[in-house]
Amino acid sequence: MVSFVTGAYILAALLFILALAGLSKHETARRGNAFGMAGMALAVVATLLLVLDYLTDDLIVDKTPIVIGLVIILVAGTVGAVIGIRLARGVEMTGMPELIAMMHSFVGLAAVLVGYNTFIEVASAHSTVGGAVGAESGAVHNAEVFIGVFIGAVTFTGSIVANLKLSARMRSAPIALPGRHLLNLGILVVSAVLMVWFMLTDGWVGMAPLAVMTVLALVLGFHLVAAIGGGDMPVVVSMLNSYSGWAAAAAGFMLGNDLLIITGALVGSSGAILSYIMCKAMNRSFVSVIAGGFGSDGAVSGEARDYGEHREIQADDVADLLAHASSVVITPGYGMAVAQAQYPVAEMTKKLREKGVDVRFGIHPVAGRLPGHMNVLLAEARVPYDIVLEMDEVNDDFPDTDVVLVIGANDTVNPAALEEPGSPIAGMPVLEVWNARDVIVFKRSMATGYAGVQNPLFFKDNAQMLFGDAKDKVNEIVAALG
Amino acid sequence: MRIGIPRESRPGETLVAATAKTASQLAALGYDVVVEQGAGAAADQPDVAFTDAGVRVVPADEVWSSDVVVKVNAPTDDEVGRLRPGATVIALLAPARSPELVERLSAAGVTALAMDAVPRISRAQSMDVLSSMANVAGYRAVIESAHEFGRLFTGQVTAAGKVPPARVFVVGAGVAGLAAIGAAGSLGAIVRAFDVRPEVAEQVESMGAQFVTVDMEQEVSADGYAKEMTAEQEAATAAMYDEEARAADIVITTALIPGRPAPLLVTAETVAAMRPGSVIVDMAAANGGNVAATVKDERVVTANGVTVLGYTDLAGRLAAQTSQLYGTNVVNLLKLLTPEKDGVLTLDMDDVVQRGITVTRSVDGQGETAEVMWPPPPVQVSAAPADTTKVVPVEAAPSPPPDPRRRWYAAGLGAVVFLALATLAPPSFLPSLTVFVLAVVIGFYVIGNVHHALHTPLMSVTNAISGIIVVGAILQAPIDNLAVQVIAGVAILLASINVFGGFLVTRRMLNMFQKG
Repeated sequence: MVSFVTGAYILAALLFILALAGLSKHETARRGNAFGMAGMALAVVATLLLVLDYLTDDLIVDKTPIVIGLVIILVAGTVGAVIGIRLARGVEMTGMPELIAMMHSFVGLAAVLVGYNTFIEVASAHSTVGGAVGAESGAVHNAEVFIGVFIGAVTFTGSIVANLKLSARMRSAPIALPGRHLLNLGILVVSAVLMVWFMLTDGWVGMAPLAVMTVLALVLGFHLVAAIGGGDMPVVVSMLNSYSGWAAAAAGFMLGNDLLIITGALVGSSGAILSYIMCKAMNRSFVSVIAGGFGSDGAVSGEARDYGEHREIQADDVADLLAHASSVVITPGYGMAVAQAQYPVAEMTKKLREKGVDVRFGIHPVAGRLPGHMNVLLAEARVPYDIVLEMDEVNDDFPDTDVVLVIGANDTVNPAALEEPGSPIAGMPVLEVWNARDVIVFKRSMATGYAGVQNPLFFKDNAQMLFGDAKDKVNEIVAALG
Repeated sequence: MRIGIPRESRPGETLVAATAKTASQLAALGYDVVVEQGAGAAADQPDVAFTDAGVRVVPADEVWSSDVVVKVNAPTDDEVGRLRPGATVIALLAPARSPELVERLSAAGVTALAMDAVPRISRAQSMDVLSSMANVAGYRAVIESAHEFGRLFTGQVTAAGKVPPARVFVVGAGVAGLAAIGAAGSLGAIVRAFDVRPEVAEQVESMGAQFVTVDMEQEVSADGYAKEMTAEQEAATAAMYDEEARAADIVITTALIPGRPAPLLVTAETVAAMRPGSVIVDMAAANGGNVAATVKDERVVTANGVTVLGYTDLAGRLAAQTSQLYGTNVVNLLKLLTPEKDGVLTLDMDDVVQRGITVTRSVDGQGETAEVMWPPPPVQVSAAPADTTKVVPVEAAPSPPPDPRRRWYAAGLGAVVFLALATLAPPSFLPSLTVFVLAVVIGFYVIGNVHHALHTPLMSVTNAISGIIVVGAILQAPIDNLAVQVIAGVAILLASINVFGGFLVTRRMLNMFQKG
């Protein structure tokens, strides 16, 4: 039976790898998701069979706990499934970042719980049997438990803070405590000391270091993410994705379960790669992101510089401009998500394409609050994905573009990133929209973007501002296009 | 307050300071707007058009007794006398070139605002009447030249033979020059242009013309206007003008230097060397002209058959359009001067635009004479060169690239530490570690080239997959310890939310992605 389960686990691990590989392309993405589901089903069914097999095991005299366990598995699994399905059905595409952050916290908490369970199991066995269990590899096993709980706890609170910030239930501005790097480092050092203590203990004594470390790790997770501002959330979310993977892998180590190790490592490294891509997109160092608290590094140069005056334009005139353009590029940002403007934007795109205007979308890697956030919103509104391009694909085309519509984006189209070496966003690759003939910026007001940096784009001669709610304004344009 | 729009008194003037549309826009700012009888007749704005727009058409006296009088040309002595002391007059005053007018306005105790003194900053573009008039004039210059030119502008190959395209040379790429370039280009001509400011080359090229260069040191203009050149620059440029003008069918000159006579660019010899039938439009005729043969307001045909047009009313020849643009510039100015939209004109001397246009200011309508405010302090247009000192070179000392060997040392050290730990670890730990390391590597390779658009689905699917921790929890559930079982139950619940939620939401998202 055990061999059968191990075989099933190997298959499941393969299916997971195929699932992730499939998700790298549009054409194979749905198949990839199906592979993932199949792998998960296989793994869970095999595990359940293993548990059922205990019932036929003659060596186990008292079968009651197994029955209770099965009932718990079924009840908890069903309740979780119902909640999960409802969440998946109900979530607005604009709310994806929050949902994903919340799910990371679940993995984190589950890893903490599994870790504690392992500890309790070993400790109680130790106290009853007298050191027979785990005697040979006690220290290493303790270390696995300890690390698993630590990563899980950091992921848990970190993800909760990310979720609160993304759903605007917590201020998204970074919380900068004095000496926060020292604080983080202190927690790490103390945790390392506690780990050595925990490794050397047997039985219930270990509860003390484990509990203290858990509290510290929870604080660390909270603090790491609280120190990061809302605009850096794409990096944070993928970083937490990575952490949740490592938490699962650590759980695999403590349980000696290869499937968990493989899956956790896959998720962990994929999250790390995503974070790395995001970091490159924002010109930030990878290490400083993993260490957290990077959002506010470096003094924000709030020098009040006179950039001149901006010009305003009305929706009718924009419609006119668009109708007579031959090529249009739309660069959406978080503002489009906030205003829920993706449907009118899609409508406008459709109308313009019917008029023979070449409409494309230019997506900055960190637009939105989640990697790929804009793509999901546009897909929801049925914008064909082959006209939705990446920054690198579209950047060279701006000089030949007639009109660029900047909808709710700010820092990602800021020429200061290239032109002002002293700017806090200096060096970050941006969409070079100002090379187009006309740039229309949809914006609520002249307030600065997330990075708190003034945007010289608004004052360029070929830029005009269309103030107001993006959704209303795009609707007005759609109406004017007739 | 009442705004009066008088009829222009200058002979042949076709323009009017407000059209029916702009007059009603002024009324919307809270003003009582009156228009003199017949004021807009020459600009296709008959009295009935004003009355239809709800603007009163009144005799001249009522117009001139208004609180604010808006007109196109500077008021004559007679007209200044008709102004009420303390009133405001808005017109093209050319204060730099007419000091005696400034004195008279001051003596009359009126506030005078010069529409043609709007500083050339981005914010004031909407009231820059010189730009809007120059734009129209540049267009008209091409139309006038086409009218005089005996051939087509556009090149064609017809059954009756090949028609070469006309060659147009435009001097000065200001607003008028650019407008001329655009108009000539759209008629099909080959357009070449020159300007002493090298930074406008890009604008010239953007209009479809070729920018002619002269090999010499050139300055970047700081105030938006061209400057007069030094002697040696002039020599090199003169040769170029000669060469370009001889090759051209149409020459349009627009070179002006504020407050000075226009520079002579095309000499009599050059004109004499041009082909018969060529046309020169000298848009600087009012200020003396850029061409030797120019006679102000006249059409001259030289001995060798070159037509030289010195019209100064090019904008006025498109009266309806120019009046509309002038009127809109006036509306934009009054919007600035009427911040409360309550029909009360207020001047803020701290605002560069308002300060810049104020020629005289009556002191609260009290005194006999008004304070002379001309000339205003200079306004810096392009901000960039001013704060070059502020931009500190950040990459002053680029840190030396790290020694490549250090990486190898670090890797070697890491390997040694790892081996030491592995030796100490129990053998049962190592297979797990093998699996872990290989899985990490696979993860990196599998995810490395994910399409950007799929990042969100990828994250939700990894979310679902990391719910695999449910397997661990399931295995703990049957353990004979109620606490463990309960905790395992909670873990199963959380993990299964992830599994089901993650996969389903991924499927939902992927179904939305569709190819166009």
